[in-house]
Amino acid sequence: MSTPVVSPSKRRKTVRLGIIGLFGALSILSVFVCTGIGSVEFSVSEVARALFVEDDSTARLLIWNLRFPRVLVGGLVGICLSLSGCILQGVMRNTMASPSTIGVTGGASFIGYLTLVVFPAYAYLLPVGSIIGAFVTTMLIYALAYQKGVSPVKMILSGMAVSALFSAFNDIIKTFFADSLGNASGFLVGGLNGVGWSSFQMILPYAAVGMFICAFLPSRMNILMLGDETANALGLRTELFRFFLIAVSSLLAGAAIAVAGLISFVGLVVPHIARLLVGSDYKYLFPASALLGFTLVTVCDTIGRVILPPGEVPVSIILSFIGAPFFLYLLRTREGKKG
Amino acid sequence: MYFGFRNLSVNYGKKEVLRALNVDIPRGKVVTVIGQNGCGKSTLLKTVSKAVMPKRGEVIFCDKKLGEYAPKRLAQQIAYLSQVHESPPDIDVRTLVSYGRYPYSKFGRGMTRPDAEIIDRALALTGLTDLQHRILSTLSGGERQRAWIAMTIAQEPEILILDEPTTYLDVSYQVEVLEIVKKLNRELGITIIMVLHDINLAARYSDVLMAVKGGRLYAAGAPSEIVNEKYLKEIFEIEASVYTDPVHECPYFIPLRTTIREK
Repeated sequence: MSTPVVSPSKRRKTVRLGIIGLFGALSILSVFVCTGIGSVEFSVSEVARALFVEDDSTARLLIWNLRFPRVLVGGLVGICLSLSGCILQGVMRNTMASPSTIGVTGGASFIGYLTLVVFPAYAYLLPVGSIIGAFVTTMLIYALAYQKGVSPVKMILSGMAVSALFSAFNDIIKTFFADSLGNASGFLVGGLNGVGWSSFQMILPYAAVGMFICAFLPSRMNILMLGDETANALGLRTELFRFFLIAVSSLLAGAAIAVAGLISFVGLVVPHIARLLVGSDYKYLFPASALLGFTLVTVCDTIGRVILPPGEVPVSIILSFIGAPFFLYLLRTREGKKG
Repeated sequence: MYFGFRNLSVNYGKKEVLRALNVDIPRGKVVTVIGQNGCGKSTLLKTVSKAVMPKRGEVIFCDKKLGEYAPKRLAQQIAYLSQVHESPPDIDVRTLVSYGRYPYSKFGRGMTRPDAEIIDRALALTGLTDLQHRILSTLSGGERQRAWIAMTIAQEPEILILDEPTTYLDVSYQVEVLEIVKKLNRELGITIIMVLHDINLAARYSDVLMAVKGGRLYAAGAPSEIVNEKYLKEIFEIEASVYTDPVHECPYFIPLRTTIREK
């Protein structure tokens, strides 16, 4: 013990920051690579040129107007869903929670559809509708399943029931009001096909507010993980805080659903992988999840874009191929172990 | 009144758990609440952590109701350790102890040097300095309990409330935990309020025993006034021989038989 060694916790901290740095580098890299890949291929340097130099070239047209906004929207969707999943897993004190597993996506799209049908002139309010839908659904699941932490079985079952109910409503609306549903393509079809700068403008304000709020949550989230009794005794208003968290996670999930429709598993898989790599301290978990979510969705969307030319496979399908087995694996090995 | 419960009634559904209970906790003492299972002793402490809401009555601290304090302000003065602990599986000891500084945290400001020194002191007091970087879940039950106590010490409280701090521990760890609790009282002047199951340990380590029966305070006083044949029969339904330990001048008992079946 005579040689001075770096303390294990300092080493853990360095490793965690290193992983987050790596995720950051990967997400930047994914922007350039994913923008370059497609029916017309571009190298990273051509992509960089097209992004920063304004001219009339086809590269500029294709990259700046089509691929780049799509990559950005996909990235933001990934960030929003991952952060939302992180928060929900904390609120429900259950690692199986995520927007898709508890039926939030169904509720959000239902109110989204209603918004389009009832206020067709206000399509830009779609995110507001889906955020409200997400919030109502989360509160509902929380009320149905919460009892000192949410039991995984109860949560998944109520989530299934709620999802089924909302998808029935959604089918009714799609059948009878097809005309009013107009041009919210990403939301309706599910996926990022055809999203452009307008979608980016739609999601950005909500995503930015959500991410900004997340920056101030880690210390309180960590206290909440000690259980209500201890957290209360440390001076955290747990009931109020949990309500606030549900609102923030709904804001994030609703914003993502408004531009990309039903995308499953990101909110489940990403926080899990991040937790495996950087641990459960929210100071590291939030940034790691956000960056990983960004990369995962942009990469999967690109795979979907090029895998079966000339057609496109929606990103949600690619994600399901990765996410569903992972979800089953978790269900089998952990039984939604608390933590 | 420094700290106490005034006219406190708690119901679980229709069942009355505490009935118009009045307790006055003396400052600077080790006070232990004893009583049979279901007598309401843990419920009493849970009204402080707000895990249980009283139907009537209130908890008083420095002549004011608990509800009149801002939660963080209160957590700087009263620390509470619950019976069952929850924590993420990968948390290390020092991180856990650092959460004791949460009541002092200000918006947008991280840990300061004084915070780190207070955490160091809490770790030293509980003998965890060498284990501070270990993952909590890899420690023994006794070490884990010490880590949780260290967290409450980092709160720098005037009053420390412990709900059955020795449950699930081997007897050597029970004594170790109670030695630490005693040290906190003698060296830092922290008022201790705890619930214990073991009456002999309670008598050994407490200044005041409070016996709760049927949701009311049945008797209170020094261990020598409470641990006697009469009260053991009335409160715990046992016949016992009571002796006095000459070293610590505290009473202890050996049970003879239960009196439950005779009713």
